[in-house]
Amino acid sequence: MRLFLWVALPLLLAPALWAVADWALFSAVFQPDLQACQQAAGQGACWGVVAEKWPIILFGRYPLDEQWRAGVVLVVWSALMFATAARLFKPRVVFAAWAFALPISAVLLAGGAPTTLWGGLPLTLILSTVGFALAFPLAVLLALGRQSTFAPLRCFCLAYIELMRALPLVTVLFMAAFVLPLWLPGDGLDLFTRVLLTIALFSAAYLAEVLRGGLQAVPQGQNMAARALGLNAVQRNLLVVLPQAIKACLPSLTNSFVTLFKECSLVTIVALFELTGSLSLALAGDVQWRSFYLEGYLFIGLVYWAYCFGLSRLESKF
Amino acid sequence: MNFEFITDPAGFGLSEGWLHIAFDSPYWQILLAGLLNTLKVALPALLFATLLGLFIGLGQLATHPLLKALCKGYVNLFRNVPLLLQLLAIYFAITQFLPIASQALSFGDTVFLSKSGLAVPSFSEIPTRGRFAIEGGWVLSPEYLAVLLALVVYTAAFVAEVVRAGIQAVKPGMRQGALALGLNNRQLNRHVVLPLALRVMVPSLSNQYLNLLKNASLGVAVGYPELVSVANTAINQSGKAVECVLIILFTYALLSAVAAGLMNMLNTRVNRGAL
Repeated sequence: MRLFLWVALPLLLAPALWAVADWALFSAVFQPDLQACQQAAGQGACWGVVAEKWPIILFGRYPLDEQWRAGVVLVVWSALMFATAARLFKPRVVFAAWAFALPISAVLLAGGAPTTLWGGLPLTLILSTVGFALAFPLAVLLALGRQSTFAPLRCFCLAYIELMRALPLVTVLFMAAFVLPLWLPGDGLDLFTRVLLTIALFSAAYLAEVLRGGLQAVPQGQNMAARALGLNAVQRNLLVVLPQAIKACLPSLTNSFVTLFKECSLVTIVALFELTGSLSLALAGDVQWRSFYLEGYLFIGLVYWAYCFGLSRLESKF
Repeated sequence: MNFEFITDPAGFGLSEGWLHIAFDSPYWQILLAGLLNTLKVALPALLFATLLGLFIGLGQLATHPLLKALCKGYVNLFRNVPLLLQLLAIYFAITQFLPIASQALSFGDTVFLSKSGLAVPSFSEIPTRGRFAIEGGWVLSPEYLAVLLALVVYTAAFVAEVVRAGIQAVKPGMRQGALALGLNNRQLNRHVVLPLALRVMVPSLSNQYLNLLKNASLGVAVGYPELVSVANTAINQSGKAVECVLIILFTYALLSAVAAGLMNMLNTRVNRGAL
């Protein structure tokens, strides 16, 4: 068996690796040159499609002249995300930075285009981080409610968590995109806001389960000691139990965020053009570049991978 | 709210499914066909993902550096890319790079693979190469293949992590104790490591299976007619949005409950030590 592995595995792997490297690097076309790409088709990758279409792939329908706005948001938010996951700064500083970046980014982006035109990677970042931030307080309430001694509250929280977790995200998104407008009076909320709120309501159920794990990890004595010190229920949870619970489940929280980041790709299905959707936007209508879809998929796959792998790797260091 | 519409004719057909669906079939039949399509892709995916995940999870623990790196690389790659993206890429690859039906790749002239899908022998006949298409046999559509493959590849990465974590959770003292008792390697794995690892693995595995069941709903992105995508068409046709969503909710809640129940039974057995 060992001999087989030492001999057969390299023999199988080497040609495969060589073929991939040849296709992706040596025979590949990197310039946005359609003719060169068509000639190389079959032998080499056409990264030219990315060179040609990257503004649409990364920023979707955001107006070309205003793309610096989306670019700034993209850079700042990515930096903040990785700084948060790497725990470079104290929680207080991180909170302040996010609280500062959020309204400024909203004004910056809205100054260039209405939310219907937001798209690409900045939209993925916004949906996942803001969705997560909105879900978190709700999840805390759900997780605490689930442990409540008041039966109706406990049953409501349990039912909400279990029903949400039983539904596929696609269904919930369809509800938000196509069904909700029928009930909302007048103009109601725009698609972006509806989808954002849906993502928050949906992931709150999953986060609540993660937080429950954290709450269970806090020893009973902590609560009792806090009670003996004369703290009321709100103070006990806010000052004693929750900080320890959140700390205990930080790795799972990061996992949940990475999952959410990936699941944001589903908003493509309800016609909100985040990274996956903006790739179709860039290629589907272009007869000539359309045959190089695979390279486009690989490129955005790499982008997703960099964020997800980067975040989980940073977290696993602690 | 009014559920009477489910006996009305739906007015649309399905591209595939076990039930015979005609344009005048009622809504309930077409929704049932969608549910069967969900199960038709989810159950084989569950089986293959478990097997592949098991091998990769064990490979992650191998002492052979190359094998270990390969398995870790697989997990890190496929776990960190959205399932939807993998599904779209696989579907594109199938419909773009495979030959057309008349030039289908054949495996021993019994299995044919082409843009129109995979033709395998059915109980009654073996597929043959026709002039324009593959004739006879049991044809798995490209949409089905893409959803199946994407679900298997994605879920296997998660199952592999569950397997690895389960085996690593077995305390070294347990192994040493078993070795001191004179158990050989096979006995050690069969009677000590496996039962203990399974106790850790089964709850996380059932989570992954439930995720897989829900992820099958992504079939809507490539036009595979599973429950959610059928229900969406039904909403457009009938305008009964709330009712259809409630049907999906109820069905998925039921499916989750059945799956969770089965996994709970397995969990009890595993914890009793009776495999």
